[in-house]
Amino acid sequence: MAEIFVLVDHANGAVRKTTAEMLTIAARLGEPAAVFLGAGAKEAQATLAKFGATKVYAMDSADLTDYLVAPQAEFLAALVSKLKPAALLIPANPAGKEIAARVAIKTDSGLITDAIDVQPGADGIETTQSVFAGSYAVKARITKGTPIICVKPNSAAPQEKSGAAQIVPVNLTISADAKTAKIVESTEKKSTGRPELTEAAIVVSGGRGTAGDFAPVEAFADSLGAAVGASRAAVDAGWYPHTSQVGQTGKQVSPQLYVACGISGAIQHRAGMQTSKTIVAVNKDPEAPIFELVDFGVVGDLFSVLPQATEAVTASKG
Amino acid sequence: MNIVVCVKYVPDAQADRGFDEADLTTNRESVDGLLSELDEYAVEEALKLAEAGEGEVTVVTIGPDKAADAIKKALQMGADKGVHISDEAIRGSDAFATSRILAEAIKKLGTPDLVLTGMASTDGTMGVVPAMLAERLGLPQVTFASELSLDGEGVTIRRDGDAASETITSPRPALVSVTDQINEPRYPSFKGIMAAKKKPVETWSLADLGIDPTTVGSAGAYTEVLSVTKRPPRAQGEIVTDEGDGGTKLAAFLASRKFI
Repeated sequence: MAEIFVLVDHANGAVRKTTAEMLTIAARLGEPAAVFLGAGAKEAQATLAKFGATKVYAMDSADLTDYLVAPQAEFLAALVSKLKPAALLIPANPAGKEIAARVAIKTDSGLITDAIDVQPGADGIETTQSVFAGSYAVKARITKGTPIICVKPNSAAPQEKSGAAQIVPVNLTISADAKTAKIVESTEKKSTGRPELTEAAIVVSGGRGTAGDFAPVEAFADSLGAAVGASRAAVDAGWYPHTSQVGQTGKQVSPQLYVACGISGAIQHRAGMQTSKTIVAVNKDPEAPIFELVDFGVVGDLFSVLPQATEAVTASKG
Repeated sequence: MNIVVCVKYVPDAQADRGFDEADLTTNRESVDGLLSELDEYAVEEALKLAEAGEGEVTVVTIGPDKAADAIKKALQMGADKGVHISDEAIRGSDAFATSRILAEAIKKLGTPDLVLTGMASTDGTMGVVPAMLAERLGLPQVTFASELSLDGEGVTIRRDGDAASETITSPRPALVSVTDQINEPRYPSFKGIMAAKKKPVETWSLADLGIDPTTVGSAGAYTEVLSVTKRPPRAQGEIVTDEGDGGTKLAAFLASRKFI
């Protein structure tokens, strides 16, 4: 069976949920083989084995991790050229897409980004994408080279499947040309203890209506074990970090449940959450465009509604 | 210092965006378009750098006739000249071809000190052309900048990721892409609008770039769109007004949908 490469999405060996999702997708298409760049392959092995990886091609080198994108792309392209997998799956985050982009050029292959589904088709692998703020579903396929597909989080339910995850060390010399954009400093973000925004099953977001006070939004999110997002207005006002921004110029999320609090629902925001399975909104303004999208809406002050809801949710959990 | 900014003319997100039934390409003709919002930040950054360092800003775009509007807006903001690449054969191009055409145009202009782009277009939203350009031009890739500074022979940016905030530095020339956090794009002044009318804009075809038309466009694409399906608009569910029980009702809804 042909190998399907999966670029492991990890933070120092802690494997992210997106990797399990991609391994599950890979198993539909062929034999999943993980590619692990950086430190922590041994720590990650058990998780990779649990979701079906037969092998783990690994390289740990400062050359790979001290420079932005280019060395990783060079490594992957060389591995693809040498081992000729049937496809390459990469997480659809900014770095992942840039790595995929450069591998596509190096290997003269077609590239699809932001796939929300990947299935074997009669004529090759078929991808599904959600475009134009979720108003269209597009099915496509790659017609040249090794299909390279960037997969969005929450695109597959991870399925456990036992794999050998045999670590195969690969040593490639990274060229000087790839080592030009150096990461001279890295400041880790303080962990909030909440799930990551694009991976979370539930997202609760705050907007202009919070007037800068996200406490009720955060409390409600915590009662649900949710991630916290923010509208562009909230981020521009400095109330919440840009990495939490949901919208056209921020993150696009598609969780099971999206709760918009004090967010009017302008197209800029909708582009970031319109494909969520269930949408709920709380807003003082009955005319807010967000209400056109909702499965349930409350016209009211989030400072009254959210604390009451938080209490009810917490009570229901016993 | 010479700077080239790559910009895109995109269908207005407020309008009814869709696809051409015949060839499943993005409909660019019957929908109003404009300079992609994320590209404004790139133009603004180029203008700031050029103003500080006495340089020239050239704006490049690929697109049908109306795409000239994207260049016009950039010139009105203060860019010095424009290049509009237009050719029937480009229709249906994927990112692979787009990056190739842009790379050839940049080489023809004489690779500048900096190539600037936005972080992604607001229609395709792939965010891959900047990296592809860096690859094709052999330039250091310094992308997703939320802060940027030039120092001597190099460029330094701050790139904010989910796990960490990184400081990245490279020598110049370099390819830089910027996010919407980097600056506040200026509104064209009246003086700028008038001055733009006299600024030079060249129009290039594929032949001017020495590109074989069969290697770009739908003919040369490495991907194939199989189908596009319009999603039915979401049906509006129940809306209640808070009368002291809004939160309770919200929790009840969540329970009914098994979220709690």
